[in-house]
Amino acid sequence: MVNESVIEIQDMTKVYQMGDIKVHALRGVSLEIQKGEYVAIMGASGSGKSTLMNMIGLLDRPTSGTYKIRGVESSKLSKSQLADLRNQEIGFVFQRFNLLPRISAQRQVELPLFYAGVASRKSREMARAALERVGLGDRTHHRPDELSGGQQQRVAIARALVNQPSLLLADEPTGALDSQTSVEVMTLFEELHAQGLTVVMVTHDPLVAGRAKRVVTLSDGKIVSDKANGHNINISAWEAAYENH
Amino acid sequence: MKIIRYLRVALESITAHKLRAILTMLGIIIGVAAVLVTMGIGRGAAANITERIESQGTNLLTINPGASSSGGIQGDSGSAGTLTLKDAHDLMNKDLHPAVSLVAPEYAANAQLVYGDTNVRESVTGVTTDYAAVRNLTVASGEFLTDEQVANQSQVVVLGSVLAADLFEDENPVGLSLRINGQPFQVVGVLDEAGGFGRSTPDEKAFVPIGIAQGRLFNAPRYRGEYTVSTLNVSAAGAEQVAEAEKQVEMTLRLNHNLTADQDNDFSVFNQASLLETASDIAATLTIFLGAIGAVSLVVGGIGIMNIMLVSVTERTREIGLRKAIGAHDNDILMQFLIEALVLCFLGGLIGVGLAYGLAAIFAQIPAFTFTVLIQPDALMLALGFSLISGLVFGIYPALRATRLDPIEALRSE
Ligand SMILES: Nc1ncnc2c1ncn2[C@@H]1O[C@H](COP(=O)(O)OP(=O)(O)OP(=O)(O)O)[C@@H](O)[C@H]1O
Ligand SMILES: [Mg+2]
Repeated sequence: MVNESVIEIQDMTKVYQMGDIKVHALRGVSLEIQKGEYVAIMGASGSGKSTLMNMIGLLDRPTSGTYKIRGVESSKLSKSQLADLRNQEIGFVFQRFNLLPRISAQRQVELPLFYAGVASRKSREMARAALERVGLGDRTHHRPDELSGGQQQRVAIARALVNQPSLLLADEPTGALDSQTSVEVMTLFEELHAQGLTVVMVTHDPLVAGRAKRVVTLSDGKIVSDKANGHNINISAWEAAYENH
Repeated sequence: MKIIRYLRVALESITAHKLRAILTMLGIIIGVAAVLVTMGIGRGAAANITERIESQGTNLLTINPGASSSGGIQGDSGSAGTLTLKDAHDLMNKDLHPAVSLVAPEYAANAQLVYGDTNVRESVTGVTTDYAAVRNLTVASGEFLTDEQVANQSQVVVLGSVLAADLFEDENPVGLSLRINGQPFQVVGVLDEAGGFGRSTPDEKAFVPIGIAQGRLFNAPRYRGEYTVSTLNVSAAGAEQVAEAEKQVEMTLRLNHNLTADQDNDFSVFNQASLLETASDIAATLTIFLGAIGAVSLVVGGIGIMNIMLVSVTERTREIGLRKAIGAHDNDILMQFLIEALVLCFLGGLIGVGLAYGLAAIFAQIPAFTFTVLIQPDALMLALGFSLISGLVFGIYPALRATRLDPIEALRSE
């Protein structure tokens, strides 16, 4: 099996200028993630996890360093190409739910399809299917304020999935959920991973991280550890090592 | 069609934020309605004034005794009466006065009119048959004074519409008798409503043969042996001949009154056309003045739109960030906001126009408001155009600002 790097980050830094003060959110991060991996990113608050996720999700631009997504250098892409990649290849689940207020779950999930130019009948069917996949087939006409936190998060996941992206990014998807709903969301992620999706997820919760196949730990803008989880061997890393041998 | 789907997204966003949409539209609604109503009042008043003046005949010259003071306003007409029936007869000479078509002398004074136990004091005007033609008067029932009645000084009277109603209420006065200063007069006709201003309206007057008025009724003062008249009404042969007629009349009267070259006129000629011009000028100024007030409210409305839009910038910026994060292009965002603003302006404009017509209808119910509020196409275009532009400018501003941000900055905005 030939390895395919979905994410290739080299020496990435991000500096925020706050008046006279420079905040170094990322101080030289290098990270490679293969297709089909299930990675958890951990680290103390302020260590740069969200900053890194936003870079991976093409929502922000690094101060220096390179980021190749599926072999394409992201800094060479136009605004419009970036928008297309966000739309087609990446599904992003935010820490705060980030649904549009007062719009039905069905329409929320249809949004990425609208921007993809999918015809409305097909888009209705696809959105319905995505909502059914996250177990909300009976809630399509509910608006965010008529849904529980866990249900809202699942609407956001359905929206991230509906365009069949190859990369699912989630920034503390369970941060605002109780343990019961957290487990539901994690189970969903595991199913998606089993279906071949590449999943990268930020979490503070060791139990949640424990279910991922690889855990990357950040501290003060640097990667301080990167290891396969427990006895779940990181297959692709192993294969890569084997081939290079 | 993609535009229809953008429209749907815009409508969705509007219905999802009803209060914001209503507040935004409110500025447009009030602005549009204010401009339309204020301009409508100005134009309605102008049209009304013009119509009233025209109803008295545009070719009309009125000549009163006494020198004119400045600005064409006649001086004291009662005392120094130098205009006589002879002047009137001389002016009727077609060879000397080709620009004059009709001459109608009148002698007016107040008298007591009594019918049954109804008793009013009104102006009774002695006139000739041509008076009706010169003053654009038409009869509603019966007929106007005939040449015969004028020549015979018959004791007959024609009543203005309001006066007839005051005296006879629901009865048809034609054929009935009333008393003027104690003397019996038979009603031969009632005039149509004529309008006009204040004391000059024929609606509240009674008309009798001029000889009766000058003689038996009021015993008019004489000048060189001739009964004096209070006014000579002269109609010019056409609208372009008014000035010419005025010259010809002046010439004859100066000759008749033996005035030397260094003496001023002892009469004053009052030109309806120049009055009309003055009135139109005043009306135009009035319209501009009211339009300016309307424009101020439109600007205030525009500021209202801007306020709402600015207040919702943060919320909207976050929305834009989210839309970009899931793949919206800058064009998508601009189109959505453009269509949203257009829909809001269009709806607001329509409601504003509706409100203006509603207010116009309410004004029409108020009796003191004697004219209609005129809403004309150019005012509609102006008001709608302005609201559209302000809505677009202020509506697109947050979108333009937010499309420049990276998605994450927009998402983070507080
Ligand atoms: N827009 C910004 N402007 C200035 N500084 C920022 C900005 N965003 C992040 N930072 C700073 O960068 C550092 C990393 O922030 P980041 O949000 O990536 O942390 P995090 O690991 O996600 O923390 P948490 O677990 O609390 O979400 C922090 O010190 C933060 O203050
Ligand atoms: Mg974070």
